[in-house]
Amino acid sequence: MNGLEFTAVVLVGSILGGFVGSLVGLGGGFVVTPLLTLVFGVDIRYAIGASLISVIATSSGAAAAYVKEGFTNLRVGMLLEVATTTGALVGATLVTILPAHAIAVLFGLVLIQAAWVTSRQHADKDTSGDPPDPLATRLRLDSTYPTAEGLRAYKVRRVPLGFGIMWVAGVISGLLGIGAGAVKVLAMDQAMYIPFKVSTATSNFMIGVTAAASAGIYFRAGYVKPELVMPVMLGVTIGALVGARLLFAARTARLRLLFAIVVGLVGLEMIYHGLAAGR
Amino acid sequence: MTAPQRGTVDPRVQAAVGNLLRAGVLLAVAIVLVGGVLYLLHHGQAVPDFRTFHGEPRDLRHLGAIVRDGFHGGGRGIVQLGLLVLVATPVARVAMTAVAFALERDRTYVLVALLVLGLLLFSLMG
Repeated sequence: MNGLEFTAVVLVGSILGGFVGSLVGLGGGFVVTPLLTLVFGVDIRYAIGASLISVIATSSGAAAAYVKEGFTNLRVGMLLEVATTTGALVGATLVTILPAHAIAVLFGLVLIQAAWVTSRQHADKDTSGDPPDPLATRLRLDSTYPTAEGLRAYKVRRVPLGFGIMWVAGVISGLLGIGAGAVKVLAMDQAMYIPFKVSTATSNFMIGVTAAASAGIYFRAGYVKPELVMPVMLGVTIGALVGARLLFAARTARLRLLFAIVVGLVGLEMIYHGLAAGR
Repeated sequence: MTAPQRGTVDPRVQAAVGNLLRAGVLLAVAIVLVGGVLYLLHHGQAVPDFRTFHGEPRDLRHLGAIVRDGFHGGGRGIVQLGLLVLVATPVARVAMTAVAFALERDRTYVLVALLVLGLLLFSLMG
């Protein structure tokens, strides 16, 4: 394959990756890195470099829409970005030390975690009647979000636990060049009892900043190869834009389950690939 | 300006943040497209090698060099400049949020935003 053909094939693959990723709310990074490494034989360091940059494009694009609709909690996002950016700096520094096959194995494990989160049912806790959490109150984290019946109030709790999980999400993002949205949502809706829609919108909003923290280190380590990132970033952005338009039409439980199974299997393949290369 | 509700941020600020993010992505995509087309016109027939990791040359790795090259260099340099614009978009968003919190006289969150901004600049400047 020459450069033109390779670019065209990667572009088409990335459009599909961005499309599928946005349909199930996981982002393109989950699809792009396995695609580049397992199908095209790209070195995993170039693959995660391309993925990290694409993540910034899709996150910023989607966040633009969510912020305007009023789902995003800017204070929660800003506070937790302290955790994700410090985590990302640690993760991105670690990745320059770790051998490539170890990155592949870690990637597989995170894919399996994401598969589990995707397949789960979501039920928001009703926190409107609960007594306020002192720390959340002092940090002015409680807020409202739009529903069909107008604005609904919610209370935030267990801030330190959420902060800790967010730090881990930052490390994973820096290590693997993904948004780690599944871990971020876990920290917000499971640990801090933030409504699922607010959690996903705020997570999306934070992903760009988290990835930007790793980007400087990736650039300097030489992971960002412009001729590879170009089709990946453009493709994932186009795919995500198309996917976002169909979001509510297609987000069915069956589709999510199917995707979870596929992501889980790809995760196992990445682990096998990494272990085989490591021997 | 009416006093913002507890926890919520002025809708005008939210709209401005949304517009900034969208503009940054569009600008980055446009620069990357120009660079990409130039690159493929000159090097489209060559066989790319992504299987083995070599790292990138110095002028595509360091902030100052990327900016300099973007305005003089070939397709690869222009693409890299576009990617840098993309990375700068969330950084600009954090700076803007810091200003928004300052306008609301929320000192705690001005500090939080400045801390995140400092971490990002530390990473980018190396």
